[in-house]
Amino acid sequence: MSLVFRHSPPADLLVRNAHVLDPRTGLDAPHDVLVRGGLIAELGEPGSLEAPSGAEVLEGQGRHLFPGFVDPHVHLRTPGQEHKEDLDSGTRAAAAGGFVAVVAMPNTDPVVDSAPILRALVEQARREARIPVGFMAAITTGLGGDALTEMAALRSAGAIGFTDDGRPVARASVLRRALQYQRLTGAIIALHEEDPSLSGTGVMHEGHVSARLGLNGIPSISESTMIARDASIAEYEGGRIHIQHLSARESVQAVAEAKARGVRITCEVSPHHLTLTHEALLDGLDTRLKMNPPLRTETDRQALIEGLRDGTVDCIATDHAPHAREEKEVPFEQAPMGTTGLETAFASVYTDLVLHGVLSLGLVVEKLSSGAALMDLPTPRIEVGATAEMCLVDLDAEWEVGEPGYESRSENCCFAGRRVRGRVLATVAAGAVVYRERTFALSAA
Amino acid sequence: MRHLLSIEDLDREAIERICDRARSFSEVSEREVKKVPALRGRRVLNLFYEASTRTRSSFELAAKALSADVINFAASGSSVEKGESLKDTVQTMSAYQPDLIVIRTPFVGAAELVAGWTTASVVNAGDGKHEHPTQALLDVHTIRERFGSLDGLDIWIVGDVMHSRVARSNVLAFTKLGAKVTVCGPPTLIPRDFEALGCEVRHTLDDLGQADVVYALRMQHERMADSFVPSLREYAAVYQIDGRRLAPRQVLMHPGPVNRGVELSAEVIDSAQSLIGRQVAAGVVVRMAVLYELLAGREALAPVPSAPTPQPA
Repeated sequence: MSLVFRHSPPADLLVRNAHVLDPRTGLDAPHDVLVRGGLIAELGEPGSLEAPSGAEVLEGQGRHLFPGFVDPHVHLRTPGQEHKEDLDSGTRAAAAGGFVAVVAMPNTDPVVDSAPILRALVEQARREARIPVGFMAAITTGLGGDALTEMAALRSAGAIGFTDDGRPVARASVLRRALQYQRLTGAIIALHEEDPSLSGTGVMHEGHVSARLGLNGIPSISESTMIARDASIAEYEGGRIHIQHLSARESVQAVAEAKARGVRITCEVSPHHLTLTHEALLDGLDTRLKMNPPLRTETDRQALIEGLRDGTVDCIATDHAPHAREEKEVPFEQAPMGTTGLETAFASVYTDLVLHGVLSLGLVVEKLSSGAALMDLPTPRIEVGATAEMCLVDLDAEWEVGEPGYESRSENCCFAGRRVRGRVLATVAAGAVVYRERTFALSAA
Repeated sequence: MRHLLSIEDLDREAIERICDRARSFSEVSEREVKKVPALRGRRVLNLFYEASTRTRSSFELAAKALSADVINFAASGSSVEKGESLKDTVQTMSAYQPDLIVIRTPFVGAAELVAGWTTASVVNAGDGKHEHPTQALLDVHTIRERFGSLDGLDIWIVGDVMHSRVARSNVLAFTKLGAKVTVCGPPTLIPRDFEALGCEVRHTLDDLGQADVVYALRMQHERMADSFVPSLREYAAVYQIDGRRLAPRQVLMHPGPVNRGVELSAEVIDSAQSLIGRQVAAGVVVRMAVLYELLAGREALAPVPSAPTPQPA
């Protein structure tokens, strides 16, 4: 199954004297990196490599070069909701965040639940996507939770995997069938875990903040009980599942227990759940802080961080969920769930966790691309012979989220107004330069 | 102070100032001509997205008693039914240059949003289950008139705390003024972690005897449908305030409208211990004081007596 994108000319490029950090290849020192025809041709001591004529030179001194990030969970809103995001703007936002591949969710309008819809989308991505995109297809038709989609046909049409993201697969029997069918397709099944009867009409985490604000709460057990259920079903069927956007301590526990007994289960956590809590809502009911699953408590946040450290949590995924301004400029209870995240993923985690000594830079860089393997996609590596998929980052650059505007079509970013450190200066995806930060591009010119 | 969105906008001193001024306004209500020129030429917009009788009429009376002009806007029968957003409605109404907007909506935080969209002062007259600050002020006023002060008073708020904006505002206001507050109700109708508001949580009326003030909340019938309580009969059996449970030294309050025979028995509603009628009366003078507090700071206003002045015979 392949990723699709609009082909750009392969890069001839010299990144000069950047600190190359690739936890997988063990590189952690300044290097010159030469890219020829889109492939990493040579790695050398700083100052040792010459730029061939016609090659672009990126000045890396004092900057870091990472393997490009891969996001297994984004909403590109195409087809049908292009007023929120489209393939061009969404992949531009991804490139600006250092991402070299993203996987788009099927809860579009229409839902990606049949091969013709998926084929049309793949064709469109070949024309419009600036970086490689993979598409998930729905588990059930119309995300209705009842009838399985034609998974074999969808898989042949290019589906990376299957998910009803945005909604849980509420009926255990339906998930069981999907997992039986997985033996045919082999594709990952990704799950948004939530018990609708426990979430009810909740709009935020159930706790002292919701008690104070008079908002209906979504209890942590809404998520964790479904994870426990689905882990048991996957275990029984020998299936493989990926749990999306973990938010609660109890969920980390449920995943850890399932892993311990050998269930083929992986999971992701978002930058906002790693850095924010429900207490942020006490400073004003900002609808950009409304997402599903909701921001939870400090205890939950700490458990997610610990999960990343001990390997229970496999990767960081943004759940980039753009919404138009008028959709979010309404009372909190009426606003749709979701925050954008592609452009702020690295900076938010770096600022709040790495700079505070909570997580190592290497771990964060690794977890920002380890989602690739979970979706059966190639993992970017900085080594000779590999396709160039990398991002150049200035760790010292401080900026205010939203101040330079967004590449995304939407501006509902939960980090808006925060001062963060770490700016992506350039991104190379599929062997081509797909992003140059404005001032950086000007200084290079 | 520019807006009254939450009890958190007020410190103890401000609450007491508003209540003192409300007392001075009670004299106006007793006059034959129930009007003072304090807010003459000011424009007050009542924007109600939810049914209300007493809150809306008391705001209207309060504004008129201060000689302000009042525009009433009800969401039903308006452009809201044609899909106009709250923001557009507020911006449209703002073109009428109101000095103050009173807003009630079923949505938490809506008053705060509105405050960001208009140059007028905004008074929250109820935003979902969040807050109803003027109700809390009139309740504080009623208790002060009876007891002189809330310091050291033991106040029990009984009933459906979960769905009550009155409970939230009152817990905050009562504790700010030195009272000890206990909320009591079915475990299904008290939100998890409600203690964080600074009150005690109980699930039986066993210790109700310690209360100086018993404040009952309205038990809404629609809660049965959601299975929060099995039946009104069961609810009444455990939580109804009746003559047996209410001690003679205690006073009884309720924000209205009362479900007679559910949260309160008829005998206590009609008893001398009931302050319910006084709460309604306080509604007008306290809202006069709130309007005055918010608008008096802006440009010169006609003076208002700081204490009751005797009327010439």
